[in-house]
Amino acid sequence: MAGGIKKFVVGAFDDEKVLFPAVKNVRKSGYKIHDVYTPFPVHGLDHAMGLRETSIHTAGFIYGITGTSVALGFMSWIFTKDWPLNIGGKPHFALPAWIPITFELTVLFSAVGMVITFCWLCQMMPFVKKHHFHPRATDDLFVMAIECTDKTDDAEVQRFLKSEGAIEINVQHAESGWWFGFYNRQEKLYRDENEN
Amino acid sequence: MNTTFELPGSYKKWTWGLIIVGLVALLYGLIMLHPFEHGHGEEHIGSTRFWAVLLQNSVYWLLTVNAAMFLICATTMAMGGWQVALRRVPEAISSVLPVLGSITFIILMILVWGGHSDIYHWVDKTVAESDPVIKGKSGFLNPVFFTVMAVITIGGWALLGRKMRAMSLKIDENGPLTYEQGKRWIWNNTVWASLFMVFFTLTVASSTPWLWLMSIDPHWYSTMYSWYNFASTFVSGLCLITIYVIFLKNRGQLEYVTEEHLQDLGKFIFAFSIFWTYIWFSQYLLIWYSNQPEETKYFIERIGTATHAGPYKGLFFLNLIINFVAPILILMKKSTKRNWSLMVFMSVLLLFGHWIDYYLMVMPGTVGKHAELMPFEFGIAALFIGIIMWSVGRFLTKHPLTPKNHPFLKESVIHQS
Repeated sequence: MAGGIKKFVVGAFDDEKVLFPAVKNVRKSGYKIHDVYTPFPVHGLDHAMGLRETSIHTAGFIYGITGTSVALGFMSWIFTKDWPLNIGGKPHFALPAWIPITFELTVLFSAVGMVITFCWLCQMMPFVKKHHFHPRATDDLFVMAIECTDKTDDAEVQRFLKSEGAIEINVQHAESGWWFGFYNRQEKLYRDENEN
Repeated sequence: MNTTFELPGSYKKWTWGLIIVGLVALLYGLIMLHPFEHGHGEEHIGSTRFWAVLLQNSVYWLLTVNAAMFLICATTMAMGGWQVALRRVPEAISSVLPVLGSITFIILMILVWGGHSDIYHWVDKTVAESDPVIKGKSGFLNPVFFTVMAVITIGGWALLGRKMRAMSLKIDENGPLTYEQGKRWIWNNTVWASLFMVFFTLTVASSTPWLWLMSIDPHWYSTMYSWYNFASTFVSGLCLITIYVIFLKNRGQLEYVTEEHLQDLGKFIFAFSIFWTYIWFSQYLLIWYSNQPEETKYFIERIGTATHAGPYKGLFFLNLIINFVAPILILMKKSTKRNWSLMVFMSVLLLFGHWIDYYLMVMPGTVGKHAELMPFEFGIAALFIGIIMWSVGRFLTKHPLTPKNHPFLKESVIHQS
């Protein structure tokens, strides 16, 4: 579940126009970008970071088909096998009457399924916690976290980020994945890093 | 930027080919079907068939070209910028309206004043007096009212559409607009677009289909009918626009149109195909549920009953497959909407599908079980397509294909869908 404690070099940028070339150059230099945290959706950043296209629409299609079959299957079982009723002299297998319900269940399944899948992919669920690299990422700063390996010279990465125009740079030891629970654990890690 | 566009030879060949095929079909109809010896009964079925086919094609293609101007006005009113790069294409298509409008008007007048009660039962004075249902509607269904409405409707579309096109062409003449000029132009354009929209709503989305098509079955009525016609022709209009956009793009024109614009057209076609199905089903479900004889008659004429299949059963389900199942399965994916060849295929398929839809609206109430889908029917369709191609081609060669001074052009160029 947890990704383990890793070392990150974190740079904060105050301008989109500086951020884009920085992302490009960091990738070109071979550093691994853990993630970029922005206060609002930035168009084209996913392309710049080289993220693949989402497949959430495929998931949505599968959920929708599931909803269709559940609705049609369940209703035809009830009305023809389990509890057949004579409703206005209509045939038991009254397909036109079921279409609105089938449509609604298709929409419901795909919508709810896609919301849950989206939260799962973004690791955003109730009680799921992640390390916050910079509190101002939710306010006015674009925060880039670069993951370090054993061989990475973090001083060099910091100098590099400085030259790319980051206004605030530090090194943090943090949980790279997510965990259930409280944020106390994160505060301890943050203190550790500040003592260095 | 190319300011003038030369029509390729193949386009001209196709245009004249279709028109000649159409004229041959028309001539065949005039000689073999005896269109002027009309009346009820099987011995006059040729005349009924001739006029029913002309009615179906003229109304379908007229409403389809009018839907192109609807797209311009709707996007203008929504302050949309994406369509500006391809705006000349719907303008070119809507420029066919006066031609097709006149043809439709002549056909409607012959039907109403020539006493074609095999198409419109209410035209017959004795029927209108003796039948209580038709008598109750006679304030609305009578030749004078019909004529006045047809003049107002077609005239209004032609004049308002002409004004919209003239405004768009006028800013091409001089240099770029200043900020103030652009602001004023957008305001004026929006006002005229709103006028067209109000008029469009009062005609296509309410009265026109009642008079022209629903009165073929004067005992039957549906409040969904006009919306249904609107949805059907808007999809066909978008398909026609898409085909022309791709044609011009293949010829190296419309330099600012990219896959982004194509995807937006695809989204529109997809969305309004679903909307068409929604309206179609709303009409069907209510009639199926309440099961009243005067309403179910409409569907019994088409699909028949449980024991006795009607003559239109196959086409009835083909209509649903082409216009609903095909778009929802094929156009759902983003990659399809960005694929130029598949979009041409889908556009042609849907144009044919909605042509079938109109066939199903007109034929059961007129020729009934003697309906045919023979070269004559397709020949008349070819005639109308040929006329549209000729008229659109004329507009495209006369005017620059990119509205280079439109204030929203930049928005269209950098558009991402």
